[in-house]
Amino acid sequence: MTTYIMIIVTCALINNVVLIQFLGICSFLGVSQQMKASVSLGIAVTLVTTVSSAVAWVLYTLILAPLGLEYMKTIVFILVIAALVQCVEMFLKKTSPAIYKALGIYLPLITTNCAVLGVALTNVQDEYNLLQSVLAGLGTGLGYTLAIVLLAGIRSRIDESDLPKPLRGAPVVLLSAALMSIAFMGFSGLGR
Amino acid sequence: MNQYTERIYNGVVRENPTLVLMLGMCPTLAVSTSATNGIGMGLSTLAVLTASNLIISLLRHVIPDEVRLPAYIVIVASLVTTVELLIEAYLPALYDALGIYIPLIVVNCIILGRAEAYANKHRPLPAVFDGIGMGLGFTIALTILGLIRELVGAGTAFNVQVLPKSYNPIGIFVKAPGAFLVIAFMIMIMNACGKKTRQRELVTSGCDGNCACCAVRGLENGQTQHGLSGKGDKS
Repeated sequence: MTTYIMIIVTCALINNVVLIQFLGICSFLGVSQQMKASVSLGIAVTLVTTVSSAVAWVLYTLILAPLGLEYMKTIVFILVIAALVQCVEMFLKKTSPAIYKALGIYLPLITTNCAVLGVALTNVQDEYNLLQSVLAGLGTGLGYTLAIVLLAGIRSRIDESDLPKPLRGAPVVLLSAALMSIAFMGFSGLGR
Repeated sequence: MNQYTERIYNGVVRENPTLVLMLGMCPTLAVSTSATNGIGMGLSTLAVLTASNLIISLLRHVIPDEVRLPAYIVIVASLVTTVELLIEAYLPALYDALGIYIPLIVVNCIILGRAEAYANKHRPLPAVFDGIGMGLGFTIALTILGLIRELVGAGTAFNVQVLPKSYNPIGIFVKAPGAFLVIAFMIMIMNACGKKTRQRELVTSGCDGNCACCAVRGLENGQTQHGLSGKGDKS
């Protein structure tokens, strides 16, 4: 039981996908302009990482590994993720149009979010079982949501302050991310 | 300057993917812990980018428009797998250092971006040179970033001790926050030197909006190019 909780804590905080592992930086910097969009994207990413971790595990363990095709994992995973994002999109469109509308354009963008492919590959590397993979996917998604929502909050403050000209735009956001990253490094003590 | 040298100049200076277009930030920040890693990652990306530009340019009349993105992804993923296997076989030390970031070259938006913006509209030879130019620009930016981080964070350059032994390395620069710090200062210095206006004009080329990285451009423009900002709250 503790190992399972540990996996979530590790993926969400200690090895935060954005601030420590640098996956999904692009959307982290780009979308965090608005709080609402950040929350939506966070939820969408969590959904996709969780489901794709499970599907990737099944495909890898039941098809690729027995056939000795481990080296095909990158190609297979990226196709699975692309297909999965499409399925999730269609599913949400049918079942809950409200959520679908809220996520809008962010859903298809997840295909090129390296956090999703990253967690699928890491699961294989760490030799997780099915449940562990799903939890790692969930934890990664939660960590991503936490980071992007925090940055969106910080940026709404930054927008109101008077900054020196060269700092405006990307540099101040990257500096905020650096400070957040330092804060998240503090979580590494949780590992014991 | 003929067409080919122009392409290389464009990739290295005018539209440098990292410092001007701000594409492919994930590998940039993650593997630039040392100059050697930066060069390794840069050259791997250069190889994939050149080959993918060539193949996509050759197939530009064959691939139907509707399914072009999945087709590009399959081409790029195959090339990345090839490069990964080659690195694993011949450069095991680099393979261990770069780890998961080698397969993640697939989702590096520089590659899909160049396929969309250049390779599928031009003849093979210019496309190859475009790939080389962009790849070189990426390699140079990564190496500079890696060099700065390595120098400040460990006192070495290309694994050779340069700073005197009495220098006490600032370890945080080779850890995660250092990457954000150094790139923030690099962009800040470029902004201060008046590059910013240019950046605004140039960000219109790159990729097609199917890529999350395009959202990064919103950082410079105050709003995103592909209508992303309109979907959220309009504050």
